[in-house]
Amino acid sequence: MASIDITDIRKNYGAIPVLHGVDLTIRDGEFVVLVGPSGCGKSTLLRMIAGLEDITAGEIQIGGIRVNDLQPKDRDIAMVFQSYALYPHMTVAGNMSYSLRLRRAAKQVIAGKVASAAAILGLDTLLERRPRALSGGQRQRVAMGRAIVRAPKAFLFDEPLSNLDARLRETMRGEIKRLHQSLGATSIYVTHDQIEAMTLADRIVAMNAGLVQQVGSPLDLYDRPANLFVAGFIGSPAMNMLGGTYRAADAAFVAHDNSVVPLGRAYGCADGAAVTLGIRPEHVVVGGAGGHVTAPVDLVEPTGFGTILHLRALGTDLKAFTLERKTAQVGETTSVALPPDRLHLFDAAGSRLS
Amino acid sequence: MTRRFILGTVAHRLAILVYIIFALFPLYWLLKVSVTPNDLLYSEGVRMWPSRAGLEHYIFVLEHSDFPKFFKNSVIVSASTAFIVTILASLAGYALSRFTFRGKYWIVVLMLLTQMFPLVMLVAPIFKMLSPLGLTNSLGGLILVYVAFNVPFATFLMQSFFDGIPKDLEEAAMIDGATRFRAFRQIILPLTLPGIAATLGFVFTAAWSELLFALMLISGADASTFPVGLLSFVSKFSVDFGQMMAAGVMALIPACLFFLLIQRYLVQGLTAGAVKG
Repeated sequence: MASIDITDIRKNYGAIPVLHGVDLTIRDGEFVVLVGPSGCGKSTLLRMIAGLEDITAGEIQIGGIRVNDLQPKDRDIAMVFQSYALYPHMTVAGNMSYSLRLRRAAKQVIAGKVASAAAILGLDTLLERRPRALSGGQRQRVAMGRAIVRAPKAFLFDEPLSNLDARLRETMRGEIKRLHQSLGATSIYVTHDQIEAMTLADRIVAMNAGLVQQVGSPLDLYDRPANLFVAGFIGSPAMNMLGGTYRAADAAFVAHDNSVVPLGRAYGCADGAAVTLGIRPEHVVVGGAGGHVTAPVDLVEPTGFGTILHLRALGTDLKAFTLERKTAQVGETTSVALPPDRLHLFDAAGSRLS
Repeated sequence: MTRRFILGTVAHRLAILVYIIFALFPLYWLLKVSVTPNDLLYSEGVRMWPSRAGLEHYIFVLEHSDFPKFFKNSVIVSASTAFIVTILASLAGYALSRFTFRGKYWIVVLMLLTQMFPLVMLVAPIFKMLSPLGLTNSLGGLILVYVAFNVPFATFLMQSFFDGIPKDLEEAAMIDGATRFRAFRQIILPLTLPGIAATLGFVFTAAWSELLFALMLISGADASTFPVGLLSFVSKFSVDFGQMMAAGVMALIPACLFFLLIQRYLVQGLTAGAVKG
């Protein structure tokens, strides 16, 4: 196992910059998830760590050794691909042992390591099969097995679950987390799925447009998003974003329809400045006394787990999530409260205000 | 519904049968003439099978003509051409499929350009170039010319096969500890066997039946290939159809054997199960 240090990494494809300078330190044994929309550069960053993409500028160190000019084979990392990339002409055992055979490990050692990896992943009975005779979930497991037979310095995962159906994805997500807990391996995991990021990560690196937007624990990103991008990307249903202005006199937010939301405390922001107010749907209080505004109910979406209400309030479509089932009907008017300690305020540039 | 289904099937099979007869009839006629004795060749009229068949033409061709020598020359030229072209085309096709490098576009354009000229135009210049090098009237010279003419097309063919193999596979192999060349050899090549077989077969048959260059570059019987040799059965006053057809039947054998050997790879879809599916 090893730490990974990334210093001011840049990547251009021709004249087009994809990564604009990324700094990141991944501690030994840590599980870090790179998350962001497609095209944000997260896969490129992972492939640069693996040695599959050239580094335009900057430095990558694995275990304190500069690897910029090392071939993938000399970096001692393992990678699980989105497509699994199993060798179709080799059996499951052959796929898993390929890296050990390349290193000329002894036959008994190979057999022992393959058997123990197969036992961990429940592949014992499939070792002689070819990839084409396996289901999607089994292929995914073989791809993981190929990574864990040797103890590499780090595991890289490139959207390993996105080809599985939703149910299987949930199961494999749990298995990956359990595997990490038992192996304690340094892992970097790329995904566009914020649920995967939240559930798996020790730390999340949220990326957009080739820049790191925020690094922190999952709950850090959830509770204190550094900017509008992170606020909107993390969490489902997504955070409500309301446009308006800041009123310094009584520390309040004035929405476009002139309704007022008290912020509870003063923010470091000029009077009358354009701001965005964010509140997660689950924090919007519907019904009950002490509401700031009254709002008609537009739409009701029951999810079984709870209910999502769409309200016409504060000049926008305000979503509220409650665990209760017995909620308002469409057309009804209800009172809405936005608790001050649950509010997020962002300036015109999108950065969080304190 | 079932009636229509049966009718459709019958029509389908009939169409295939007609096509097969159309395609194979010349071969049948070749065989028929080759076993017809000379005295019956013109005397019996058009018959599907002669009243008396014999192997005398075959025996004559094998024992009293240069045909065994032509045959050996053809095998050497075609097999060498097929192997050299396939090796070059695999490497070049892989490079075109996987790498971006300066001048790639122009290399592709140049290769396409070579395919645009009618061969007749090129015979004289090529003769002019090979002659001072001592490469006319030699199998080596013929192999060189065939390789040069077949590499571009074979490269495009191999490139399309490599394009069909996911890049992830060799990247996974490189991360597993292989060099790029090792990944190419151990992971990509085994998966390209159908493509390699197709290329081998294509180039082999092209070289096997090539007449123009063989005729122009080779003048002595020592270095003649069999298509040139077949012409020796045409003399000033007569054509030895029986012997010519017997030689033709024998010339079919290597091509048939070759395809028998590689057909296993031609029909195999080896990449199934590599990536999601």
